[in-house]
Amino acid sequence: MRLPDKTGAIEGAIAAIPDGATIMLGGFGVPGTPFLMIQELVRQNKRDLTIIKNDANETGMGVDHLLVAGCVRRLITTHLGLNANAIRMMNEGTIEVEFCAQGMLAERIRAGGAGLKGFVTDIGIDTEMGRGKQRVEIGGEVAMIETALRADVALLHAAQADTFGNLRFAATARNFSPLMAMAADTVIVEAEEIVTLGTIAPEDVHTPGPFVDHVVHVPNLSEEYAVVRR
Amino acid sequence: MSDAKSRMIARAARDIAPGMTVNLGIGLPTQVVNHLPGDFPVCLHTENGLTGIGPTLPHDRADRNLIDAGGAYVSTIPGSAFFDSATSFALVRSGRLDLTMLGAFEVAENGDLANWKIPGKFSPGAGGGMELAQKARRVAVLTTHTDRAGNPKLLTRCTLPLTAAGCVDRIFTDMAVIDVTPAGFALRELAQGVTIEDVKQATGAPLHIPSGAIPTF
Repeated sequence: MRLPDKTGAIEGAIAAIPDGATIMLGGFGVPGTPFLMIQELVRQNKRDLTIIKNDANETGMGVDHLLVAGCVRRLITTHLGLNANAIRMMNEGTIEVEFCAQGMLAERIRAGGAGLKGFVTDIGIDTEMGRGKQRVEIGGEVAMIETALRADVALLHAAQADTFGNLRFAATARNFSPLMAMAADTVIVEAEEIVTLGTIAPEDVHTPGPFVDHVVHVPNLSEEYAVVRR
Repeated sequence: MSDAKSRMIARAARDIAPGMTVNLGIGLPTQVVNHLPGDFPVCLHTENGLTGIGPTLPHDRADRNLIDAGGAYVSTIPGSAFFDSATSFALVRSGRLDLTMLGAFEVAENGDLANWKIPGKFSPGAGGGMELAQKARRVAVLTTHTDRAGNPKLLTRCTLPLTAAGCVDRIFTDMAVIDVTPAGFALRELAQGVTIEDVKQATGAPLHIPSGAIPTF
């Protein structure tokens, strides 16, 4: 037996994403952000997207290109502090923004990936973030239902993938990616290095291949992946 | 940075006990680490998926994939671990975080904290702040005692949207160390050159003064 080969070209993988899609993007700041696939979304002029990502990168980088190009209708995120452009568009009503507490965003995605409808928590219960959420009582304590999140597509950046889609992430580039890999109907991974089956030892796999649909090779990273000199 | 501010940060560092797991928030709290001895036994956590944070690196030596939650280029030390964001917040919510130090716009005498939103002016989202404030075993705030206009930041009630209710245990300011107690704010220590009367004047809520000498820092 031999595990299937999922490698392909970036253009074709992104072309299958329809306008109006909900897209999860890995990354926390620069590490883990799939900048080249984001550029391809812009190049193919996708419209009306819902983007789920921890942050909106910085002005002039990553998610900001999607915002400037008018690709995004709605953004589900935790923090826009480094992107004044995203805050301006939110304030002007050009994009709709839903804020989540960071661990809640992670857990909502994890729940979606685990086939759950939601989970019960007390995070944010005394704050405006808790408003409008369904309350339940568990063990005599009041808590809230957080709904699970899934997406049509997850776009992830990996340091290393094998041809079946077993993935390894570098350092803090892991962040949301293993969770998003479980929570989308189609998972497309750009990998800096593509290796033959067996090169990644089974015990060293961060995301198992069955969660991954397409692997594209990005040997030449753009300047956006480099250390940011602020 | 003013001398009073750096003494505040040095004083806060003395509250980190050997063996703790600690998250230092973005801004002033991050600088607390600079006042710990190099071989101090502590595990620093950052929300984006690292325990065992090593020294901050200059750009020419930085790893593009290794940052803290504030975006600073950091490093690993022997024993460091990387993990995903769900694991990172499981650590926070399950009570494994002994202490967090956070910035503040306002702190109320009942321990309420507001540090994420100024409606109409500043609303970038809370990031991981809500879970840190609500679930760390101990929450300390580092802040200037008053805002830039001289208004008190320690109040009877917060006026801004809350990050978490009743979460703050201790406040380090450039004027004093103040604990949040069931009876409200209690003065513990004074910054050098600051009087009890100065602190009372700059605080927007009643301040309980213990009997006996007040230590200085």
